[in-house]
Amino acid sequence: MSVLRLLWAGWIFHVKSLTLSGFFILTSVLQPIIFASVAYFMFRAGARPGTLLYVALGAGMMGIWSSTLFGSGGAIQWQRWQGTLEYCIAVPPPFLLVIVPLTLATASIGLYSLTATLLWGWIFFDVPMEITHPLAFAVALPVTVLGLGLLGLVLASTFILYRNANALSNLLEFPVWLATGLLVSLSLLPAWVGPISWVLAPTWGINALREAAIAGNPWPEIGMCLLLGAVYLVIGHFALRHFERLARERATLAIA
Amino acid sequence: MTSLRIFFIGGLTAYRGLINWLSPWIFVPTLVVSPIFQILLFVYIGRSAGVQSDEFFVIGNAVQYASIPCLFSMTHVIEGERYQQTLAYILVSPAGRLPLFLGRALPVIVNAWVVSVFSLLVTGLLVGIDVPLSAWPAIALVILVASFSCTGLGLICAAIGLRVRQTAVLDNVIFGLLLVFTGANVPIDEFPGWMQAISDRIPLTHGIEAARDVAEGASLADVSGLIATEFTIGIVYTVVGYLALRVMEYASRQRASIQIA
Repeated sequence: MSVLRLLWAGWIFHVKSLTLSGFFILTSVLQPIIFASVAYFMFRAGARPGTLLYVALGAGMMGIWSSTLFGSGGAIQWQRWQGTLEYCIAVPPPFLLVIVPLTLATASIGLYSLTATLLWGWIFFDVPMEITHPLAFAVALPVTVLGLGLLGLVLASTFILYRNANALSNLLEFPVWLATGLLVSLSLLPAWVGPISWVLAPTWGINALREAAIAGNPWPEIGMCLLLGAVYLVIGHFALRHFERLARERATLAIA
Repeated sequence: MTSLRIFFIGGLTAYRGLINWLSPWIFVPTLVVSPIFQILLFVYIGRSAGVQSDEFFVIGNAVQYASIPCLFSMTHVIEGERYQQTLAYILVSPAGRLPLFLGRALPVIVNAWVVSVFSLLVTGLLVGIDVPLSAWPAIALVILVASFSCTGLGLICAAIGLRVRQTAVLDNVIFGLLLVFTGANVPIDEFPGWMQAISDRIPLTHGIEAARDVAEGASLADVSGLIATEFTIGIVYTVVGYLALRVMEYASRQRASIQIA
């Protein structure tokens, strides 16, 4: 029970904190809207209006990935810059339980993106807003955020080994947008991209959302998102333990 | 002579001192790999939507990506002085403002040109676009003019950076708007009239169009009008940016806010 309370309180705190960041909110809202607009124009010119909801969901998911990538990738570094990393490590709860709410919050902030692109598309591009399976959509959305948040935990615990985490985030933004099929059907990409996309939660998350919104059975994708989330949690747990042990041994907790 | 020294040596020194992108750990992911994937993303979206050719997206996005170094570097070579606590020393120096500010723009233009040409070459090879070898020098020239033009916009952002704090957000937003309005991914004539009017008045639009025309076989003379327009837009933005810097400098002195945002 105390674990749940800790996760909940941490999540609320970090969502509020990130919401106050102009950088995060503008990037979360404007960037996906811009990409969505370009994609709407392109798909409209391609005379495939039926795909606009597909595009809107994909562009929204791009924002969720960006906010997870930049938020979680630099999570530990930020704690270090703010001088709070020592406290996060020294408190009685495991470090994992302190960091997970933060990475979940960065993914949750991405919901602004999804909301913004859907509204933008509906208002300006006549994107149809009918959700075929509302219940499945309501389940798929938090599960997707959970999957990405836990992927964020892996990013947070591994990027810390790289001093220029922001550059690494820049590096991974476009490739993951591409490899997870957010705006492009995976069947168009080379076959070797397939296995990479399977181990990335955004692939299953966007498929779940599309299956629920447009048509189909989203439950296998929702299950895959949960399964991958569990795997990320295990990887993140060991990576964080390794980081903590190294930082204590070398007395480098507060320095990069 | 002093002005020339400030322009060339001062500009290069400031650039090397303030732009940490020069570290390969940042330069490669941000300015070598990222543009390639941006271009690939739009090439595949184009294939997915069934619009335009690969060449259209490769050239459009390669030229448009010049805006990343133009906007971010140009903003930072001015604003970075404040973070380093050296802005006041720069502004009280007797150095002429024109060589001082514009000298910093020169390395930015070169960097943007290198990034754009490199990403065009690499993605061109990756997706296999068919551009005649003889067209490349002209395309390189067009990209140079486009880089200059966009650096003028970067100078305006730098001036704004003397008054506002989060310039990274501003630069990101402008980068995104350029992605839409320059026609990098959507032909300008697909836009509504008011968007076309904006497109005609911003950097990169004419450069992208000229580069596409050259790749399709037009000569440099054929696109001279587009290049001249792009260059003129660059001059206008540079003049506005320079004047804005002087105004912001004056305002900062009046408000005693040179070192604070």
